[in-house]
Amino acid sequence: MSDLSLPARSRRSLSLHDKKVRGIFYQVLLAGSLLALALGIGIQTASNMRARGIPLSFDFWNESAGFDINQTLIPYDTLSTYGQAFWVGVVNTLYVSFLAILLATLLGFVVGIARLSQNWVVSKVATSYVEVVRNVPLLLQLLFWYNAVLKPLPPPKSSIAIPGGIYLNNRGLIIPEIQLHPGAGLVGLAFAAAVFCSIAFWFYAKRVQRGTGKQLPVFLVSLAALAGFPLVMFLAAGEPVSFITPHLRGFNFQGGHQLYPEFAALLIGLSVYTGSYIAEIVRSGIQAVPKGQTEAAYALGLSPGKTLRLVIVPQALRIIIPPLTSQYLNLTKNSSLAVFIGYPDLVQIFAGTVLNQTGAAVQVMAITLSVYLAISIVTSMAMNAFNQHSAIVER
Amino acid sequence: MRSILKCLIAVAMACTASSAWSATIDNVKKNGMLTCGTNSATAGFSLPNNEGKWTGFVVDYCRAVAAAVLGDAQKVKFIPLTPKDRFTALQSGEIDILAHNATWTSSRDTSLGILFAGTYFYDGQGFMVRQADNVTSAKGLDGASICVTQGTTTELNLADYFRSQSIKYTTVGFADEEAVVKAYEEGRCDVLSADTSTLNASRLRMAKPGDSVVLPELISKEPLGPAVRQGDDQWFNVAKWTLYVMVAAEELGVTSKNIDAMKSSDNPNIRRLLGVEGGIGKDIGLGDNWPVQVIKQVGNYGEVFDRNVGKDSPLKMERGMNALWNKGGIQYAPPIR
Repeated sequence: MSDLSLPARSRRSLSLHDKKVRGIFYQVLLAGSLLALALGIGIQTASNMRARGIPLSFDFWNESAGFDINQTLIPYDTLSTYGQAFWVGVVNTLYVSFLAILLATLLGFVVGIARLSQNWVVSKVATSYVEVVRNVPLLLQLLFWYNAVLKPLPPPKSSIAIPGGIYLNNRGLIIPEIQLHPGAGLVGLAFAAAVFCSIAFWFYAKRVQRGTGKQLPVFLVSLAALAGFPLVMFLAAGEPVSFITPHLRGFNFQGGHQLYPEFAALLIGLSVYTGSYIAEIVRSGIQAVPKGQTEAAYALGLSPGKTLRLVIVPQALRIIIPPLTSQYLNLTKNSSLAVFIGYPDLVQIFAGTVLNQTGAAVQVMAITLSVYLAISIVTSMAMNAFNQHSAIVER
Repeated sequence: MRSILKCLIAVAMACTASSAWSATIDNVKKNGMLTCGTNSATAGFSLPNNEGKWTGFVVDYCRAVAAAVLGDAQKVKFIPLTPKDRFTALQSGEIDILAHNATWTSSRDTSLGILFAGTYFYDGQGFMVRQADNVTSAKGLDGASICVTQGTTTELNLADYFRSQSIKYTTVGFADEEAVVKAYEEGRCDVLSADTSTLNASRLRMAKPGDSVVLPELISKEPLGPAVRQGDDQWFNVAKWTLYVMVAAEELGVTSKNIDAMKSSDNPNIRRLLGVEGGIGKDIGLGDNWPVQVIKQVGNYGEVFDRNVGKDSPLKMERGMNALWNKGGIQYAPPIR
């Protein structure tokens, strides 16, 4: 540079030759251009839409939707508004994603650990699962579960009856409906008390172990409390819970809860598919923990199970969590494939029927994109917090 | 940096330029091709045949428009659309005209930025059930699972009908018409509900057509018609009058076979229709013989009906409401003059 000979401090004026000023100048320029571009596109879209007579407002939100949705977790009927239909879609998407994340994580951890098993059969079964599932497109898997596994089930009239008033047919899995009578709240209260006691006992056991080295049977005691407290209260309150068993009337079963095949296919498909990726993440995470850690744990006399639980997994988690986050985000976004098997998720209800019914394509797509963005950001933030929690604490 | 700025300016200008768009008829003439949105697979209405050539009732309407504008009924590019996507495709300019089994309703006419240009098929919504279920009326459908296509008036009519009858039901909806029929065939639903024309067409393609029956009730009015974008009156007229010319030709007894002989007819109405005297081409932006091209290459309304869905087709549908107004139906063309 030409001004190397001058002391930097003597140049007081704002000049593009100043590295700092130049940096700021270009950043402002870039941000401004991007903003102008976004604004330009927005204004242009709006004027094009006006020119073509496409509705621009969000007035449709409070208009009556007039169509039915077969699976809703929140109140909805044909007289509800498009806005309520939107929320039904959001809740359905969150519901299936949440359950699928739980199942996929469980499956992934089991299979990932199984792949490292000394047992030849177990490790080969796990490997084949990963290789087969990971290499087939998700959409095909969903269509497989829906069309090849669940739809060929018998029709309602020849349902497969499972003891306990459960029926399985091509309309889904129908289970008895739980009916609560007065006093049922006490059972719930007993359960809450059991949870509280278990946690308290866990803390107590930890303190005992720290003081004396003695280990208390935390798992067994918690299990006994969680099962026993509600059971005792259930009997004491005069069995305040009853079941409405489903029965076949006309075309379908009446009474009882129904788990639809569309939902089941999506849940199974997403869990099995994402599970295979998580299995690989878990396997690589465990293998990344130095072998010396295992050897040290064995040398201290820890059993293989305890070594895995107390030494390997906590260290592997640090490696596992960041890629696991991506898988959770992928799973949530993949749930939009529901459209192909008729599960009423956000895309099917809102970006499908509502968009078509109202013609407000730009607004509806913008809202749908924002929802997925928001879900992803919240998931990321939660996982980052968990990652920080499990990171190495420097002492 | 300067090159980035240039890029940005270029993009911004490209966006602005796209707002000035020319009339549809000029675009079609310039491209030498009509882009027409149709059903993806509805027998009798829009379906590729064994040679991969599109055939059907709405397909023939598109060919008629191409014959009118370009003088060649083969210059059509067909874009198969699901009911869910069809209006967006028209709004965004992906297609020039929508010839779908789309029902003309007030809200679609006023809030989607599109206009329906007439009714080429008067239909009504019905129910198809399995014979083995012994149902004779829609009132016996309590608790049934009903398969429907998403984004159709079918979905809305169902909700209205069953609410007014206080009958409980569940819908199973798919975006794709074929998936809906498949779900019914495989027993996922007890009932298939759609316009009766579609029901009949779907039954024809089932493995066992005899196992299903269509219930007598029609629960709605479904006038199916072509649609164009709002704000292009000339193109709207082309779409509207192509249809009327076909209806008028049937009324006047002009067919694709006798059209050359008809040109020497003494009937002033026929002479005007065929452009022999006082033709109707100039003001609409077409040549005076455009009705001749339509009738000669595609046929009159009756010929198109019989060939695709009527007595000469496997569907064997009655003319019913779609007969001419003077033959017991309601198909009626305003005077061509």
